[in-house]
Amino acid sequence: MKRYFANLLCLPVLLLSALATAGEPALVRMATTTSTENSGLFTVIQPVFEQALDIRVHVIAVGTGKALELGRRGDVDVILVHAREAEEAFVKDGYGLARHEIMYNDFVIVGPPGDPAGVRGMRDAAKAFATIAESAEIFVSRGDESGTHKKENTIWQKAAILPQGGWYRQVGQGMGKTLQIAGELAAYTLVDRGTWLAYRANSPLQLLVSGGADMKNSYGIIAVSPERFPDVNYAAAQRLIDWFATPEAHAIIAGYSVDGEQLFYPVAK
Amino acid sequence: MDSLSAATAESFRLLFSGDVALWVIIFTSFSVSLKAILVAAPFAFVVAFLMAHLRYPGRRAMIAGFSALQSIPAVVVGLTVYLVFSRSGPLGDLKLLFTHTSMVIGQILLSFPLLVALSHAAFQAADRRVWETSVTLGATPSRAFMTLVHEVRFGLTTALIAGFGRIIAEVGCSMMVGGNILGYTRNIPTAIALETTKGEFAQAIALGMVLLTLALILNGMLAFFQGRGVMKS
Repeated sequence: MKRYFANLLCLPVLLLSALATAGEPALVRMATTTSTENSGLFTVIQPVFEQALDIRVHVIAVGTGKALELGRRGDVDVILVHAREAEEAFVKDGYGLARHEIMYNDFVIVGPPGDPAGVRGMRDAAKAFATIAESAEIFVSRGDESGTHKKENTIWQKAAILPQGGWYRQVGQGMGKTLQIAGELAAYTLVDRGTWLAYRANSPLQLLVSGGADMKNSYGIIAVSPERFPDVNYAAAQRLIDWFATPEAHAIIAGYSVDGEQLFYPVAK
Repeated sequence: MDSLSAATAESFRLLFSGDVALWVIIFTSFSVSLKAILVAAPFAFVVAFLMAHLRYPGRRAMIAGFSALQSIPAVVVGLTVYLVFSRSGPLGDLKLLFTHTSMVIGQILLSFPLLVALSHAAFQAADRRVWETSVTLGATPSRAFMTLVHEVRFGLTTALIAGFGRIIAEVGCSMMVGGNILGYTRNIPTAIALETTKGEFAQAIALGMVLLTLALILNGMLAFFQGRGVMKS
């Protein structure tokens, strides 16, 4: 009986050690938002920087809230997200070294073509939100602590409204899924322009409000602090951050468009 | 309805166009889940056998415990494995998070209770005299165990099929500990989840059909070992 158990114990150990893949020389783990991946930008840009820097990047696309948490726990080497205040807090608390702004676009409000709340053409997001709340037309919120959700909360605060009631639906899903739900419900929602352009063709909704001063959506990249987590691949992460400041990177970001519309605007140093 | 049929047609085209990325995803799914079941099953069978064979205090509580654990949500297992292997967690130094190995470990934990509960039911139904006769005839305990395993092989195959079905289709744990990394830890269920959020329904349906087809082939092979599938006469 004893020998039998010894044999049995060996099996998993052997199998697991066979599973441990040989470590690749320069692996960078990047947590990023669903909007950068859903928009299709990474499909274009990732092969370019992997080849230019001779690194392998594992992209983990999650909401901004979770991306920051992965960084705070030292589970990734670099984060690329869009929630400026949360990012600055991340750096201030010593989890990241510095925030480098790499690109921006803006948020827009989309809704049913009939626009029952009557916000079409408004430029002030807070005013548009207040109008929607007053009409009690359905508004779909990400509700997931993502960058877009944080922006939405800021706008509600500015409008001095605490959104609640049957018209306010928090879905707790990624941007693409949220747009689909809003489409099915003929509802209003806040969306980053990148995702909106990528999804526009399949959505029954229309862009109704854009261009307000507080609708800027800026993307920052932060290397996770090697002082706090000695294990992180800081050298390669920093090379990646430096690469995003090169003319080559700017050209790719500026050149990425959907249906002839540019999705992101690179930030020159 | 129109979009459903269009998506299905498109999914057939994708499957037979030899898309490499698609096949990497399929390979990841099956290699992870097959490894998990191969590691988990021998342990589970031994535990189940001991529960059916020995009499000790707390045995029935243990049986009930394994049965209850079958209902554990995959995300809860995923979260637990994540917290253990996170670099801030107790086993963070192993650097296993977001790798195939952590996905395998998650799926082992997921399938184990199911394997134990179902194979225990098989052993429980076995005739104790099979064991006693083997031992009387001079078989070593491991030899007698193998005889018993052969005797209840249909029940154990059912356990294997159910366990494999549970993990090949689960999305919560793989998403959490694998990270859905393209070309590495993206498997069929996490890819379906992603493609659905992106509105790429054709791709999602194609992947769903691959999963079903390959599971059918695998089960067909196992059915071969099930014999004729009729009652003993």
